[in-house]
Formats: sequence, C-alpha cells, structure tokens
Amino acid sequence: MSNPAVAQPIQDTLKSARSLALKRWLPRVLMPMFGILAFLLFWQMIAGSIDTSLGKFPGPTQVASQFGALVDEHLREQKRADAFFERQEIRNAEKLAKDPAAKISVRPYTGKPTFFKQIFTSLYTVMTGFFIASLLAIPLGIVCGLSKPIYNAVNPLIQIFKPVSPLAWLPLVTMVVSAVYTSSDPLFAKSFVTSAVTVALCCLWPTVINTTVGVANLDKDLQNVSRVLSLSPLSHVRRIVLPAAIPMIFTGLRLSLATGWMVLIAAEMLAQNPGLGKFIWDEFQNGSSNSLGRIMVAVIAIGLLGFVLDRLMLMLQRYVSWDKNADLR
Amino acid sequence: MNHPHLELTGVGISFPTDKGLYCALQNVNLKIDKGEFVSLIGHSGCGKSTVLNIVAGLYQASTGGVILDSREVNSPGPERAVVFQNHSLLPWLSCYQNIELAVRQVFQGKKSRGEMREWIDYNLELVHMSHARDKRPSEISGGMKQRIGIARALAMQPKVLLMDEPFGALDALTRAHLQDSLMEIHADLGNTVIMITHDVDEAVLLSDRIVMMSNGPAASVGEILRVDLQRPRERIALAHDARYHEYRAAVLEFLYQKQQRPAA
Repeated sequence: MSNPAVAQPIQDTLKSARSLALKRWLPRVLMPMFGILAFLLFWQMIAGSIDTSLGKFPGPTQVASQFGALVDEHLREQKRADAFFERQEIRNAEKLAKDPAAKISVRPYTGKPTFFKQIFTSLYTVMTGFFIASLLAIPLGIVCGLSKPIYNAVNPLIQIFKPVSPLAWLPLVTMVVSAVYTSSDPLFAKSFVTSAVTVALCCLWPTVINTTVGVANLDKDLQNVSRVLSLSPLSHVRRIVLPAAIPMIFTGLRLSLATGWMVLIAAEMLAQNPGLGKFIWDEFQNGSSNSLGRIMVAVIAIGLLGFVLDRLMLMLQRYVSWDKNADLR
Repeated sequence: MNHPHLELTGVGISFPTDKGLYCALQNVNLKIDKGEFVSLIGHSGCGKSTVLNIVAGLYQASTGGVILDSREVNSPGPERAVVFQNHSLLPWLSCYQNIELAVRQVFQGKKSRGEMREWIDYNLELVHMSHARDKRPSEISGGMKQRIGIARALAMQPKVLLMDEPFGALDALTRAHLQDSLMEIHADLGNTVIMITHDVDEAVLLSDRIVMMSNGPAASVGEILRVDLQRPRERIALAHDARYHEYRAAVLEFLYQKQQRPAA
C-alpha cells in the first residue's frame, strides 16, 4: 500500500519536524516541568519528617487531596444555595398567588463562603485597592516628575512612608474607617474597605516613584520639541510626557500590584475580610489535621494568582506600549 | 530695506559653573534678510548651537537680544521651527501624526480638518516621504527620519527655519540626497534658514552667507563669507568651479589657520 519512494521523504520531513519541535519545546516546557517535578519530590521527602502539633507537614499528595475536598465543598455549597433560592422563589410565588399585593422579600443566601468565593473576594479587594492607589499615584508621580520643587517637598514623605508595613497601618485604617465610614446600609463591608485602603496605602509608592522617574527623565530633545511647538501644559503632559513615561509607569504599576497582593493577605487576616487571608487565619485557628494542607492549597493559589495578575499587567503593558520591539518581561 | 528680517545684536550668554560665570558667547551681531540661507560653522564647542538655541528661544541671552520682524524673541515658538540633529520625532506617533501634532498646534482654528490633512500630505510629499506616511519612526531609516523632521518644521510655515546639524548623523550619500532636497525646497518656498554645520562643502553648497565663528570661551562671529554662486546650484558642476574652490579654501583657512583647533 505504501510507496517507499513517496513515504521515505515524508517520513524524513516528519522526523526533522519532530526534532525541531523537540528543540524548541525542550527549554520552554520540559525544563520548567522538570524543575517543578524535582521540587515536588523534594517536598514530599522533606514533609514526612516534619512533625507539628497538627500532625505531619502536608506533602503534595495531601495538598492535592485537600484541594479536591475544597472543590467538593464548593460544589456542595453551590447546590445548597441553589436549593435555597429555589425554595424562596416557590414560597414567594405561592404568596403572590394567594394575594397579588403581598410584599415579597428576596433574601440573600448567607451560607459560609467557600474557598473559591474567597478567592474572588481577594481579587476584588486587591483590584479596588490597586485602582485607588493608581488613581492617586500616577498623577502625583507626574506632578513630582514635572516639578523639581514639588518633588523635593514630597520625596521625604515618600521615603518615610514607603517602608511602612501594612500591619502597622491596619489598626489605624480600621479605626479611621469605623469612625468615618458610617452608614446604616453600607454598600461595602467595613472589613472590605479597611483591607482595600490598606492595600492602597502600601502599593502607592512603587507607582509614584517609577512615574516620577519616567516623567523626570523625559528626553531633552522631546522637551524642546514641545517648547518649540508651544504646547499648552495639558497637551504637553498628554501628548509628550505620558506616552514617554508609559514604560516606567507600567513598571511601577506591576511592582505595585505585586506589593498589593502580598499586603492583601496580611490585611485580610487582621481585618477579617472574607478573602484568602481570612481563609488561612480561620484554618490556622481551626487547627484540624487537614488545616495545614488547606493552608498550603491557599499558599499555592496565592502564588499562582499573583503570577496571573502580573501576566495580565504585562499583557496590558504590551497592548498600550508604543515600542512593540521592546523586550517586555 | 530699513529693518532686517532677523537681527541679533550684541548677543552674549554666560552659564553659572562651580568656578563662577562661564562666558560662552560674546557680542554676536548678525543681520539676516528674508529668504536668506545662512550657515554657522566653527569648531565643536564654539557656541554654534547656543546661537541657534537663543534664536529659537530655548535659551535666554544674558546680554543683547534677537529681533524677528520688529519683535523681540524671548520664548520658543513655532514661527522659529527647529530641525534637531537627531530628528527628535515622537516615537509613539506615525510620521503623519508627528507632523499632525505640529500642524494642529499652528493652524488650530485657521484650517479645517480636511485642509490640515491636505497640508500634512503636501509636506510629506515635499520631502518625498508619502510612502512612509503611517510608519513609526523606528520603522524608517535615519535619513527618512530627518526628512520627516524637516517636513514637521516646514509644515509649521515658520518665518525662520533653524537647523542644528541636520545631516550630521547621516552617511555621505544620504546627506547629499537631503542637501539636494533642501535646496529644492528652499528654492520653492524661500524660507529664511539658519543651519549649523561641520561640513565645509555643505556650507558652501547651500549657503548665501557663511558665518564663521571663533573659538570659545567668549566665542563670537569671526568672519562672514558671502557665497555668490548662481542658484540653482549643481554639486557636480560646482566641483569644477574655481569660485567654489575659493570659497571652500577661505572657510578652511579660517577654521584651520586663523582659528587653531582647541585641544581636542
């Protein structure tokens, strides 16, 4: 059936294609896989020999099974919530059938938030804090970069507040939020506001500093172009300064988001915002034989999500960057 | 002509340094007529760029002043467009958009959107760059960038075109091309041009007058040479022209005999 005169060249091509694919994929896929596998093996070996009051330190297999348990829990809780809403709807429909003018109430489901709900709370909180910080930091950085006197005035404050730990801010933020944010029907939970504000306070600085540097290092010639064209201050900023500073602004934003994500976990632990931080804290307090495994799941999730957030920022940076040849990583 | 088009009177500038004031320029006097092409030539560091920057309004003269059409120059403005040595195009804008930024700034309210578009395209055509209309500066060669830089300056319809070693960073062939283009444009539009150059041939080929500057500190105008060669000028024909060689020799003599090169 096969004609060797035809089959041979085809097979050769396939062979060379395979070796080419291997060459290309080996460093990019196989080596990282190898690294991860080696780490897992090492972890499994070490874990068995660490005894804690909550049993042995969890190895990868225990952590994987805890992850499965968390998924099950989430699915179970989801079913319960669905059932709750179904019951509520039927009840309300019955009420309306009896008396069309009856007042019906739709109550939210108040079950325990699952691990995956907590992940979303965390992401939502960190993005809010990060957004507030960016909104303040980019304009402040631009002003500092444009004006040396203002920079000289603001710089000491930046340098003093930059190294402050989120744990130091948190009690202050908590008290201020409790005092200022008072409403009988609050749109956001206080714990959420406290966590977001703490994140914002801590992730302000990298963006401020990098934006300042980006703006201050504007090419002298481009500055002269702007002067010769007699651009107004506003269009100078919009047409010349901002585009020129975009790479540095993004460097700052990415550092800020990474900082914010780290800060968030600590903030949530103390503020009891129902996110990953609270999850870890609750498991720690709970102290069952599964707790350490569950915390380890959270640790890995935090790492992965931090990585994903940075990649998303990188994609955004690639999208807005004018220099498509720049090697962004 | 009672008032010259552009007049520099007793222009001097000093910069503060650690060792006190450094006087870079002193008593520069120059009168330039409308449509004249003037080159500034001199050794590096003699203050050629400083003169240009003062006329552009980017620097403030410490003494004396510049008057353009009976008005004192004390700030930069689009009526004194500058072609920078390293083109200084905005890298995030296409060629068209780079010129558009200048055109919008100058003709806002004077030209309609369509007229502006036509005017930008006209200027792109003037420097033979219509084909690269939508390319970014990083996608075109050095000579092309400089063409766009010139188009941007011309599109502002400046009273004076200031060129700071516009072809200094280019290879000899590209430079010759651009010089020819510049002569063509100058013949068409009759702009007043002040150009800084290091290149004696370029100065003689392009200029009506060559201003030779003495060395700093306290640099000033050394000699002024009027180049009386018929326009349009043709570089190959001039290569056999005795007067061309005389002018060339005069400039070289000034640069290498009267003004000893400062210890480089």
